[in-house]
Amino acid sequence: MRASTALRLSVVGAVALAIALMPFVLSDYNRSQGARVAVFFIAILGLNIVTGYTGQISIGHGAFMALGGYTTAILTHSHGWSTLPTLPVAAAVGFGAGIVVGLPALRFHGVYLALTTFAVALAVPQLATNYSHFTGGVEGLPLPTHTGLWLYGLGWSAAAVVFVCAWLLLRGRTGRAFRAVRDSEVAAASAGVSLAVHKTLAFGVSAAIAGVAGSVYVLTNNFVNPDIFGLTLSLYILIGAVVGGLGSLWGVLVGACFVQLLPIGISNSHTVSAQSVPVIFGAMVILVMALLPRGAAEALLVTAGLPKRLRRVHSSPTPQRLEAQ
Amino acid sequence: MAPLLALHDVEARYGPVRALHGVSLTVGEGEIVAILGANGAGKTTTLRAVSGTVRRDGRIELAGRPLSGRGPEAVARLGVAHVPEGRGTFAELTVWENLRLGAITRRGSLDGDLKRVLSFFPWLDGRRGQQAGTLSGGEQQMLALARAMMQRPRLLMVDEPSLGLAPLVVAEIFRILRDLNDREGTTVLLVEQNARNSLALAARAYVLETGRVAFSGPSVELVRHEAIRRSYLGY
Amino acid sequence: MRARATSAIVPLLLAACAVFLLVGSLQSALFAQLTVSGLANGGIYASLAVALVLIYRATQVINFAQGALATFATYVAWQLIAWNITYWLAFVLTLGCAFVGGIVVERVAIRPAGRRGSVLSIVIASIGVLILVEGSIPLIWGTDVRFFPSAFPARTIHIGGVAFQLQDLGTIGVSVAAVILLSVLFRFTKLGLAMRAAAFRPEAARLVGVRVGWMLSIGWGLASALGAVAGMMAAPSPSVLLQPSMMDGILIYAFAAAVLGGLESPAGAVVGGLAIGALLNLLGSYVGWITPQLLLPAAFLLMLAVLLVKPSGLFGRTSVRRV
Repeated sequence: MRASTALRLSVVGAVALAIALMPFVLSDYNRSQGARVAVFFIAILGLNIVTGYTGQISIGHGAFMALGGYTTAILTHSHGWSTLPTLPVAAAVGFGAGIVVGLPALRFHGVYLALTTFAVALAVPQLATNYSHFTGGVEGLPLPTHTGLWLYGLGWSAAAVVFVCAWLLLRGRTGRAFRAVRDSEVAAASAGVSLAVHKTLAFGVSAAIAGVAGSVYVLTNNFVNPDIFGLTLSLYILIGAVVGGLGSLWGVLVGACFVQLLPIGISNSHTVSAQSVPVIFGAMVILVMALLPRGAAEALLVTAGLPKRLRRVHSSPTPQRLEAQ
Repeated sequence: MAPLLALHDVEARYGPVRALHGVSLTVGEGEIVAILGANGAGKTTTLRAVSGTVRRDGRIELAGRPLSGRGPEAVARLGVAHVPEGRGTFAELTVWENLRLGAITRRGSLDGDLKRVLSFFPWLDGRRGQQAGTLSGGEQQMLALARAMMQRPRLLMVDEPSLGLAPLVVAEIFRILRDLNDREGTTVLLVEQNARNSLALAARAYVLETGRVAFSGPSVELVRHEAIRRSYLGY
Repeated sequence: MRARATSAIVPLLLAACAVFLLVGSLQSALFAQLTVSGLANGGIYASLAVALVLIYRATQVINFAQGALATFATYVAWQLIAWNITYWLAFVLTLGCAFVGGIVVERVAIRPAGRRGSVLSIVIASIGVLILVEGSIPLIWGTDVRFFPSAFPARTIHIGGVAFQLQDLGTIGVSVAAVILLSVLFRFTKLGLAMRAAAFRPEAARLVGVRVGWMLSIGWGLASALGAVAGMMAAPSPSVLLQPSMMDGILIYAFAAAVLGGLESPAGAVVGGLAIGALLNLLGSYVGWITPQLLLPAAFLLMLAVLLVKPSGLFGRTSVRRV
């Protein structure tokens, strides 16, 4: 094992240890907030696979979360399942939905895809309201309650599993293929990388991950209804991914903390009104796009003096030569 | 008499790649000057340096006024008309709209300018409503020249007007350039691969090689100098 | 052979649509009323769609903030009216504010993002503007839902024995007038020519002295003003009302209309908008199982269907991108 890999793993290990130990110093309420951070971590990770790694814009991941969340809710409420087994089902449902969206998405590029996913994000809550027989409509469905500690554990265990799976997927051939697709579709296809398979696969995996995020999300909420999956959710996931840095796995953690903890910090501080959260988010996104195109994580790590090799858990978003396979 | 255009030690680059390594040249008022050289010598880049469409360092002056630091819009408004490689016609717009764009920065009636321009290109008159992209290559080149003339330029810079055109059409275009210079006294800076035609048209020429001026002088001398003709001008 | 077939389909489809609407209206008073009120909605979608197309043509960017900017402008109008300024004066002042606002947004939020990155960065920046602008509305005006007055009195007009709402007819008129005015600007004025040149060939435009940067900013300003028209026409409707999320759904319909028309064609966006407005209204009434909540997904599915069959939209030119 090379020195840089060992170093990387130890940094990751240190962070993981910190996360594991944290609930023991937090109140129960804060533990469930910590679980929420895990939710965003998972969702942003999912989005990163589609947008950061294969370069397809998606502004609709809230919809995949909705599918996962409603799966868990319906299975536990209407069919008496216990909580844990619903998670893999949510992932499977998400995967299916991701493939369904990803296939037509092959024919769209850039803007059209953004439009479509934006529309999906708005359409899914409407559908959930409409088919109230399944979904409980506007009142929604209740969910089994769990302690803050349980939720924290579930959230971050799921996060760890998803992270490891994603890491394994992305460091191998599939990962290189994804990056090739992002950097130049024409070049990738000419090199024999099947665009259709990889782009659709990216969507499927990404949506599966979002489905899991959705399950944990509704569990931390204790109930589910269409409102919690509004456009705002999809936008916040995108914000988290962007501010953290697309294509950067560190950025996922930074982004998740930013999106979940900043609003809480603001409402706790009492100096700034809670209503100004969207304004601050919007301003942050604009600033990041103007000044830090690689995202805040990159900038933070640069200022912390971390050498370049450590800053990347995976490779950079800048164009790369295709590696020989 | 001070030259109309003067370049002193101009450097230019595309990103990290340096294309011009200190080019100096002058163009006098009313002259036709040619820039010659092989592919990649920096001919097009020199024109781009003048019009401000590439990053450049060094002194560039038009009638004593510095052009360095100004962007293409400002340089155009100072009286430089640049007909780029590929002509720069607005293919989606009509012939008439292309011509009008030449004078877009000026107020007042265009009738006088139009009459002048149509006297050089009478065939344009009947094609006013035609979409510029549907014109032939030679016609587009002439439209580009016409549009440049609408700018009432002090300096007309033309980049490879003969590119991709049949010899008869090329001869026609060179004839028009000569005409412009004779009748209107328009100063012309011409970049060309076709050295023979250019040296017949221009009074002086600069020969560039890898971003530097290798030779310069009156056309008659360059034509006579066999070594230069063979190695740099290809004939 | 296939290309020729599809290019014949489009005008046929439109003609069929128009005939359908006309015949239905002649047959049934209800149909006619639904068509007209649907066209009024369509006019709103069309205005916003043209705003989207304006910006897309020049920059290849979809401005996700278009709806939010329109909402903000409508609140500004509301404020002016609350200060006892007469409606039409407030209308014009609002257009001016929206125009300036659009220029400011382009210079402050969009231009910097474009300098650094790709189209993706600009799209994300526009989403940032969406969040910021929509979020700033409650800060300034609170969260109460408000009523916005209509430009036209609530009267009915009788044409051929059928009663139509003056408001609907007025909305159609204003939307169409706004789009026509913009068209005239683009086609017949020097500024319009310079803007078109800057949109089609920015490098060549610079060489003739056109200040391309300013043309872009003005384009955003005009798009913003057009959006304001859409907002002020939409707000009086009881199903919309003046609230921060007012234009979210309408933006989707505008997207659908713009896409239907082929993102580069304003005329297509207008036709698309009117068609979507009329057809959705008729569908909602005549087809029982289509509830109001399903209209949005229906529009989305329509957009999807068009994109799958003819990715360049009904009026667009296909650009081949094969690998």
